Amino acid sequence: MNGPQDLGGRDGFGPIAPERDEPLFHAPWERRALGVTLAAGAHGAWSIDESRHARENRDPAQYHSLSYYALWLHALEDLLKTHGMVTQAELDRGHADAPAPLADRTLRPDQVAPMLARGGPADRDPGDSRPAFDVGDTVRTRNLQPRGHIRLPAYAREKSGRIDAVRGYHVFPDASARGDLDVAHWLYTVAFDAQILFGTEARAGDTIRIDAWEPYLDRL
Amino acid sequence: MPHDHDPGDHSHLDDMTARVMALETVLTEKGLLDPAAIDAIVETYETRVGPRNGAQVVARAWTDPDFANWLRRDATAAIAAMGFTGRQGEHMVAVFNGPRDHNMVVCTLCSCYPWSVLGLPPVWYKSAPYRARAVKDPRGVLTEFGVTLPEGAQVHVWDSTAEVRYLVIPARPEGTEDLDEAALADLVTRDSMIGTGLALAPGAA
Repeated sequence: MNGPQDLGGRDGFGPIAPERDEPLFHAPWERRALGVTLAAGAHGAWSIDESRHARENRDPAQYHSLSYYALWLHALEDLLKTHGMVTQAELDRGHADAPAPLADRTLRPDQVAPMLARGGPADRDPGDSRPAFDVGDTVRTRNLQPRGHIRLPAYAREKSGRIDAVRGYHVFPDASARGDLDVAHWLYTVAFDAQILFGTEARAGDTIRIDAWEPYLDRL
Repeated sequence: MPHDHDPGDHSHLDDMTARVMALETVLTEKGLLDPAAIDAIVETYETRVGPRNGAQVVARAWTDPDFANWLRRDATAAIAAMGFTGRQGEHMVAVFNGPRDHNMVVCTLCSCYPWSVLGLPPVWYKSAPYRARAVKDPRGVLTEFGVTLPEGAQVHVWDSTAEVRYLVIPARPEGTEDLDEAALADLVTRDSMIGTGLALAPGAA
């Protein structure tokens, strides 16, 4: 979606402000927000793509006014409600009305280290599928404008580049964000000349790379 | 800890604290959350998973050409062999800085970051200014971070749009021939592994 999350190349956000000796968390609630989000995700009720979409699918004013972990929390509440795991009434009261499904999959402390170490690899067995493009091939990104989730940034649509690497056969986020976890496609790193993307203000010879799934690309 | 308090009375709390406590309480009462698991998650990222992991990878790459080659071929396996695996590091790629090429990493769409080697990202990495400018004006960003590139060097920006996570291997500083791996790791900053910094000169660590 052409939502507020798609920030590459936008102007007007001001200077970057690195914080000297930045703490890992800026308030105790941020610790809990991180932990609750990861623990709730461990039930497997949604994919990383669905959670990304839940963070991004909101009006720009809200997206830009929420701090990072506040955005996570709002998205988590939406995901839990969408999947029938909590109700708004429960959140409003701060207490549960009824037990929930999936409680048998609740993450226990002794499962945390293995869960974090295992992660969630996104590559899948390609079976008989073979990549359509090879390293060095010239491609053009498609002019895709879906209302749903997509991982092709706006600044890199309808631009020509070259295949820099074939990264394997990976879960397709556009489908996974809708709950369809069975779709996978070949994933490539595509390199663009900076001037193709950002004109003559960019330095000749500089490059920008994205990772793009095969349905984002046409051969040139 | 927030979950030790009565979640029914949020009147004295700021909005976000109250909101997290309410959610944590509801989920715990429903059996969907074990607060001790949250403690374990937080403890992992506060004490065990951070940029020190990545610094060890870089120091080994500087001292062991075979390891460096392994990193170029299959960074996921090479990094896993050092014990750094897992969430937000499932598919690792290492990119090497040198006199002619400077790599830097961003996620313009969200905040993708190689947690398994760098820990949780700093606020500036997740912020709109960095995400907006890193692809369009990487040289301006580098100047703000105090990075001066050699004449003629090209900048290569890697936008983490999938689950591939990039680790920049900064150039090894001059005058470090006599340093061992541990001393070299002290020269490797978090920012140098994102590409918004350079490795420190010996004596500056």
